[in-house]
Order: sequence, then C-alpha cells, then structure tokens
Amino acid sequence: MSSQTPIAIPQTPEAPPETIIEPGKAATDERYYYASQWQLIRWRFSRHKAAVVSIVLLVILYILAIFAEFFSPYTPDTRFEGYQSAPPTPIHWIKPNGGGFGPYVFDTVRELDKETFKYIYQPDETKVLPIHFFVHAEPYKLLGLIRTDIHLFGVKEGRVLLFGSDRLARDVFTRTLFGARISLSIGLVGVFISFVLGVLLGGISGYFGGVVDDVIQRVIDFLLAIPGLPLWMTLSAALPRDWPTLKLYFAITVILSILGWTGLARVVRGKMLALREEDYTLAARGAGASAWRIITRHLLPGFTSHLIVSITFNIPGMILSETALSFIGVGIQPPAVSWGTLLQDAQNLTAVAQQTWLMIPALFVIGTVLLFNFVGDGLRDAADPYAR
Amino acid sequence: MVNQPQPPLLEIQNLKKYFSAQRGFIRRQLVTVKAVDDVNLQVQAGETLGIVGESGSGKTTLGRCITRLYEPTGGKVYLNDAGGRISVTELEGEDLKRFRRKAQTIFQDPYSSLNPRMNVLQTVGEPLLVNKLAKGKELEERVTETILQVGLRVEHLQRYPHSFSGGQRQRIGIARALVLQPEVIVADEPVSALDVSIQAQVLNLLIDLQQKYRLTYLFISHAMSVVRYISDRIAVMYAGKLVELGPKTELLEYPRHPYTEVLLAAVPRTAQRHRGKRNVTPGEPPDLANLPKGCVFVPRCKYAQDICRAQAPELRQVGTNLVSCHFAESLHLQGIKFETT
Repeated sequence: MSSQTPIAIPQTPEAPPETIIEPGKAATDERYYYASQWQLIRWRFSRHKAAVVSIVLLVILYILAIFAEFFSPYTPDTRFEGYQSAPPTPIHWIKPNGGGFGPYVFDTVRELDKETFKYIYQPDETKVLPIHFFVHAEPYKLLGLIRTDIHLFGVKEGRVLLFGSDRLARDVFTRTLFGARISLSIGLVGVFISFVLGVLLGGISGYFGGVVDDVIQRVIDFLLAIPGLPLWMTLSAALPRDWPTLKLYFAITVILSILGWTGLARVVRGKMLALREEDYTLAARGAGASAWRIITRHLLPGFTSHLIVSITFNIPGMILSETALSFIGVGIQPPAVSWGTLLQDAQNLTAVAQQTWLMIPALFVIGTVLLFNFVGDGLRDAADPYAR
Repeated sequence: MVNQPQPPLLEIQNLKKYFSAQRGFIRRQLVTVKAVDDVNLQVQAGETLGIVGESGSGKTTLGRCITRLYEPTGGKVYLNDAGGRISVTELEGEDLKRFRRKAQTIFQDPYSSLNPRMNVLQTVGEPLLVNKLAKGKELEERVTETILQVGLRVEHLQRYPHSFSGGQRQRIGIARALVLQPEVIVADEPVSALDVSIQAQVLNLLIDLQQKYRLTYLFISHAMSVVRYISDRIAVMYAGKLVELGPKTELLEYPRHPYTEVLLAAVPRTAQRHRGKRNVTPGEPPDLANLPKGCVFVPRCKYAQDICRAQAPELRQVGTNLVSCHFAESLHLQGIKFETT
C-alpha cells in the first residue's frame, strides 16, 4: 500500500484552457468550450470572407443552371433568322422623350457593308422595346415537372441577346445557362464517383495494409504515370458516336473519374494510417469497442473534413477536364450544350478578333474554377480545428 | 506489504513481444526488434509496481501486452481475482471484452489520447456504452460521478477536449480508465507530458483513487523521480529485458545493477553536497534490432568484464532484489538516499 501522505495540492488553480481556436477571444467566450467539431469548422469558415462570398456566388450559379429555362429568355435552340453572330444587345435605362425609367433595348437592324461584305448591326433608336419581367414566352417544364411558360425577363417584340448570338443565330446567354448544367454537374457527379472509389480503395489500403495495400498503391502509381489528356482522348474516341447525349455524358464522367480517385485514395489511406495509431483509437479498443465502432466513431470522423476539402479542390479539375475535352471535340458533342461545346464556336480567328462575345462562356469556366478554389481554401483552413 | 498466501493479482511469465520491420531499400532485410524479451513479473493486488527505463526499453510495450492492446509474441499473463484465474493471453471475443473491463490504461499524451470530436460525456461514457453497462440517464449519472472523482466539474460534461488544459485532459483520461471500475490500471507515463506543478496534482489524485478503490497500478515512467514517489516496488527495464526488481527503498538506496545506478544518477537532487557531481547517462539507447551477444548493457557498462560479453546473466535473487548482473554481489553501486517527505 502506498503509505506516503499526499503532498499539498498547490493553491493556484490550473492554467486556463489553451485558446486553440481564436486566441484572445476564445478565452472569454464560453461557447467555444461546448462547440463540436462542425461548429468550430463553421465558425472558422465564416471568418474567411472570400470563401463565404464564393460559396454564395456558387450557389447562385447552380440555381441559375438548375432553373435555366426560367432565367433565360429563350430556349437553347431558338434561332433568330437573319441575326447570325450578332453582338450583345446593349441595355438602356432612361427612356428617350421623358418616357420614364426602366430597362429597355432598341430594335436592331442589319445592314450589309458594301466594302467589306460584312453585316453590321445598328440600333434603331426609334423603336424602344421595354424589357418585361415574368413574361409569357416559350413553354417549358420547370424541373421537368411543372408546366409553365413564365420567363424571368424578355421582350414582347424584337430580341434581347445579352451575350450576343452565335453562328446559327442562337442566344449565347441562354446557351451559357443551359451549358452550365452539364459543366457544373459533371464536376459533382465525377467527383462523387472518384469519392466512392477513393474512399473505398484508400480505406481498404490503409486499414488492412500488407499485400492489398501494396497492390492498390502500385495501381495508383501506374495510373498517375499515365498522362491524363491522351488517355481521356483515347477513351472518349472509343465511345460510339451514336450514343444518346445522356449516355455519352455518363461515359465521359466515368472516364474523367478514372484518374480522379487516386489523389483521394492517398489522402484516405494516409489519414487512416495516422488515426489508427492515435492513442484514442487504442483507448477505444482497450475499452472493448468493436472494429466497426472504432472505424465509424473514431477513424472516419477524423478525416471527413479533409475529404470535403479534397473534393472541393477536385471539382474544378473535373470542370476544366470536361471543358478541355469538349473543346477539342472528344467530350460532350453538339447538340448537347456545355461550356466546352460553346467554346468550340470560339475556336477560329474570326471569333477571337470580331466575335469576342462567343468567349463569354470561358469567363464562366474561369470564374467557377476560381470560386471553387476560394471555397476550398477557406475549407482547408477551417477543416482541422484541432491542428496544433 | 502484508504477505498473504493468496496468489499475485497478475502473473507475467516469459512475456515476449517481437516486431518485425524491413530495413534497407535495395537489399530488403527482415529485422526482428525484441521490444519485450522474456519478462517475468508478479504484481500483488493493491500495490503499485513502478516500471522504469529509458525510451525504447520496452516498458510501454510490456504494459500494452498485459492489457492486450498488443498481441504478445509469446509467454503468458494470468489474472487471479475473485472470479478465479484467467489466462489473459488466450482470451478472445466476449471473454476478452470482459477482461478489458478489469484492466484499463491511462495514456501518456493527454492530447492524442482524447478524441477531439467527442465531448467529456461521450469519451468517458464510451466504455460503459460499448460494454452495455449503462445508457441514457444512467450513463450520464455514472459519468458525472466519475468525473467528480477525478476533480472535474459537472459543467465540463458537454465540453470538448480543446477547452481543457493538459492536466484536465489527463483527468479525463483517468476518468475514462476508472469508469469501468477496473482492478488493474496500467498508467503509461501519465504525468510525463504535464508541467511539474500539475504532475504532483495528478500523482496525488492517482494515490487517492488507489486507496479509495483498492486499485493495482502498473506505473510506467522514464523518470525515477516520479516512480519513486508513487511506487511500492520498482522494476527496471533495459532493451526489453528486466534487469532489476526490488522494493522501492532497497532498490533506490542499494542498487545492484549498473543500469539502475545510471538511472539514479540522473535524479536531480537538492542537497548542497551533490552539486556539480551530476553525471549524465553515458552512451546511447541500444539498437533493439542489433543487440550484443552477452549482457545487453555491456556497451554502456563501466564495470564490464570479458564474461559479460560472452554470457548473458540470468535474473537471480540478490538480497531483496532480483538482478541480472554477473557482479551483482561484488559491485558497490551508488544509490540515492530515499527521502520520506
């Protein structure tokens, strides 16, 4: 039996809790003591202003894509005969002759330049065409369910071409919104497939180790050694041309995901190996917890936040890949509309020199990729609130 | 120590734990690291057995083999309690789970030993939950009761580890080990990560809890100064082997093994007469994959003779201690005066 008399416990209380989260502020804020991991992540993320703004903008982009029929004045196949390659219609606000205030456009007339044999579009300033909101135009099914013909804006006569028109006289603005559907969703679907593959194979690799681990790691090494673009080109060139758009879309997604899962698998494996050795995992085993409980309660929650970050950074890669493949003509095929196929129209010198509006979809690609990267940055900083 | 005829609570017989690792890149070599090699120990109910040794001496591995956090390579561990004698090393499934309730571990690092994503209630309640001993309201009551025992407060229940200091975190770890009402607690360097002022608090807490619940401790530490404060008996390990074992006072004042002397020389002392005489442990920790043929301590031993290089000494009784040294009887080693505070 221990026979010593315990030494007197010092009168000074233990040091106040370390302020891991937010020095200076946390110590005074009781809420931090009771905050779970996700609350901490939310708080830290919300301090990253660029990321918060980006996430709002991304949500807006996705809403625009989902409800493209409503937000666009026309359908992607509406043609304005005689208005091929027309520049964007400028929008005016103050109506002439004291007509009041409100958005309107002038009607455009086309003239042939006798010297250059080029069509020139001139506004006809006598014809004021006010832009109406919630106008009735071409009917469509909202979300494929609700039959309606209301569009956010439109003109009763004439045309409003916000981003101009293409070679076949279709509204580029409308097509950009519709193109966003494929371009924005292919990132999500592709990343989802990579995610499933990556977590599964990476998890197996990390948890079981040994030969299984070796085999999976060598497969990853091999896949990473193949240059991406040629592989994608070969695979998509092998796809039958007569497949329907939807089938082709999924085929392309799968092709993009073939290389996408490798990075994620490595992250999962590494985290699995690290967390398996944490003392709290050992403590749970020592308490009699089952393997299932250890994996689901102690291992997985330890890196879900890292997975989210990794996914966020993967999405722009997928979007860029789709755009690149479609741009060189082996990805999504017209008549399906994606940002990549829209940019196919901007491939020639005429477009670059004279029809710059055809490159507007490229701005959307760049913008989306940047937004995802900002969000990823914010998430990465917030992801591990326990990093010391 | 009252000597009763009842068998020791824990019997450790020829316990071995070998790790194999690959070395070299071009020419792969499989090397075996003998982390624990042929250790025999008996732990009496209610005592505190201190296990000292430097990093890599196998003390943590020994503790983890006893609680079956690691699977021993060989040897046996027996637990003798009111429920009879069980062979710990052969337990599986539900029996192993039942044994785990009796033998719990306190971990060294108060940071990595608590899941940052679980609050105090979840962490301390987990052992009860997975053993289906309590749930809901009852779980909360039992957890509350336990955290009060270790000096935490009720309002800490819903807090997450990030809001606690190192000492408080270690208290949570102690509560987790205590909540199952175990018989044996393997305390694996429970204070070495803490500030010195907090160390004393936690040590005193452990002593209080031991008296209250008749706990048996295996107290693992690299610091002789901590071990001598809490232990009844002390075991010294070197390179996976037990080199000396004896009652605290005897071992401290009259060490029989040169390595024990080296460890004792590292204990800081306050008395003026010792000033300037501190000698630092010579040599390096042993390469466990490549141990010398004879006595493992030869490379660092200042008393080594030819026989030490040729033949490994057996562990044998010398006075009150068990020692594995060829010259245990003839050497007069420098101990430290045990100061009763």
